[in-house]
Amino acid sequence: MSLEVALPIVIPLLTGTLCVMFWRSNLAQRILSILGSSALLAASIWLLVSVYQQGHVVMFMGNWDAPYGITLVGDMLSAIMVLLTGMMALAIAVYSLASASPAHEKFGYYPLMHLLLAGVAGSFLTGDLFNLYVWFEVMLIASFALLILGGERAQMEGAVKYVTLNLLSSAIFLSAIGLTYGVVGSLNMADIAVKFGEAENPGLVDVIAVMFLVAFGIKAAAFPLFFWLPASYHTGPVAVSALFAGLLTKVGVYALFRVFTLIFNENPEFTHQLLLWIAAGTMLTGVLGAAAQFEFRRILSFHIVSQIGYMLLGLALFTPLALIGGVFYIMHHIIVKTNLFLISGITHRLLGTYDLKKLGGIYKSRPFLSLLFLIPALSLAGIPPLSGFFAKFVIIRASIEAEAWVVTFIALLVGLLTLYSMIKIWAEAFWKKLPDGTDGASLERGRTSGSLMLMYAPVIALAACTVFIGLNGQPIYAMAEFSATQLLDPSQYIEAVLGGRP
Amino acid sequence: MEPLLAIAVGLLYAAAIYMMLRRSIVKLVIGLMLLSNAANLLIFTSAGVTAGAPPLIAEGATIPDGVIADPLPQALILTAIVIAFGVLAFAVVLIHRAYNILHTDNLDQMKDTDT
Repeated sequence: MSLEVALPIVIPLLTGTLCVMFWRSNLAQRILSILGSSALLAASIWLLVSVYQQGHVVMFMGNWDAPYGITLVGDMLSAIMVLLTGMMALAIAVYSLASASPAHEKFGYYPLMHLLLAGVAGSFLTGDLFNLYVWFEVMLIASFALLILGGERAQMEGAVKYVTLNLLSSAIFLSAIGLTYGVVGSLNMADIAVKFGEAENPGLVDVIAVMFLVAFGIKAAAFPLFFWLPASYHTGPVAVSALFAGLLTKVGVYALFRVFTLIFNENPEFTHQLLLWIAAGTMLTGVLGAAAQFEFRRILSFHIVSQIGYMLLGLALFTPLALIGGVFYIMHHIIVKTNLFLISGITHRLLGTYDLKKLGGIYKSRPFLSLLFLIPALSLAGIPPLSGFFAKFVIIRASIEAEAWVVTFIALLVGLLTLYSMIKIWAEAFWKKLPDGTDGASLERGRTSGSLMLMYAPVIALAACTVFIGLNGQPIYAMAEFSATQLLDPSQYIEAVLGGRP
Repeated sequence: MEPLLAIAVGLLYAAAIYMMLRRSIVKLVIGLMLLSNAANLLIFTSAGVTAGAPPLIAEGATIPDGVIADPLPQALILTAIVIAFGVLAFAVVLIHRAYNILHTDNLDQMKDTDT
């Protein structure tokens, strides 16, 4: 029994259920939410340590041997992702204490949040394709409900696009699963990997690969199917936006990493070449979209898209160094992006708007908050010595080594344009004088209230993580390297799941 | 049997995509419904249609007697139907709320969050 693989799924499910049982008491739900996310973080650390020692941690549900039953598999990549889920869960839970309105809490904010976390952790840990689909849907239905909490006009419009595109992607994913089952008669990923390797009809395998690419590409907001993301992420409550920004698209990226290293690794000239151009398009369109925006959270949403491009670039180059870079980039990105959304929530609390034209004067009255913004913002742009520099450095070095000059140029250019966007936010929201029409009363008040302290705490913690990764990158790099080694040698994964049987 | 089912799957996908491309939000949801049914029928067809006995093993035996039907695709489809039902229930409520708040069912007029 390897309990640690199941715990990151069970804990949020249990927390969510308990929150439903205490439906009438907001206080009990808040306490449960904090306890649940702390337990999730602890369980994810346990999983990481266990994976570090054993390589792969496998658990067979209901004691049905693979490939017949559902398996949960924890390798280094999933352990890292689950750890980040735990960190974000705790950060958002603390932040929500101050940011979630009582009306939202009454409509099931906490149960939905933990259901979402269960879906995310389940997607990271499952070793079964159909089970992955089920976890995706668990995650989606929770995210649908979270996104429309409040029921404002923009939320409805955003939700229609979000729901449609995600259901379309699910349908494509389901069709791809059906075709896969038709070809190999199995749903266990390790088993599929073995049988696709011996498939008689490689053309059909390529078709299925492209279907998975489209399905996960929509979820990951990759070019050209990313339009739903900037249209919807900025509409929800800010803590929800931050949670989505950190985790949801990364589930799509994780699924791409998993499927295109384990299952579709036979024909990289076709599949990974395709991924390379998708990555380039994603980086470029995302950053150019952001340049045109003047709303805090919309700029950040477009930057999610452009950063997804870097991660896909790591996967597409498919060299050891590139995969290390990709995994490192995911780690850095989740922390930084969530943090930027949380900061946008604080500025909204202070000035009541997300519109950069109406924001201003924050540096003058809140220099510490401005410093907290600069850390993730400069890290996102890739300024040394922060975490983003090393993430970008590894990926760009890998693309130079692979002699992919065009993509290297695009990656460097996008770094520069990211800096431009961050400087725009800095100049507009923090540096310039407070514009006339905006009410700056809560900004001027010298003291920081208790609820604002709760919003600051996770921001400070995540900024500290960014600085830590920047100044002490070696252990993080070693984790990414460990995970890249496992990803490039799928036989370890297959061996761990199928136990050496053919 | 398979060619007939394959044609039905193709028609369902085509109808679903056509409905999703219409401007009306109600037709969009009808398209989503057809799409999930098309995917379910695809699983059923691609897994192979066998005219076999129910997958039951006689008492005392370790392997089934004769040709049996594969029960797994049906389990998958059942799960997918339940999920699609839940999600579509949400989608129907969503378009109702969206219509009440936005006072339009035309997707072309829902562009506020795009620009």
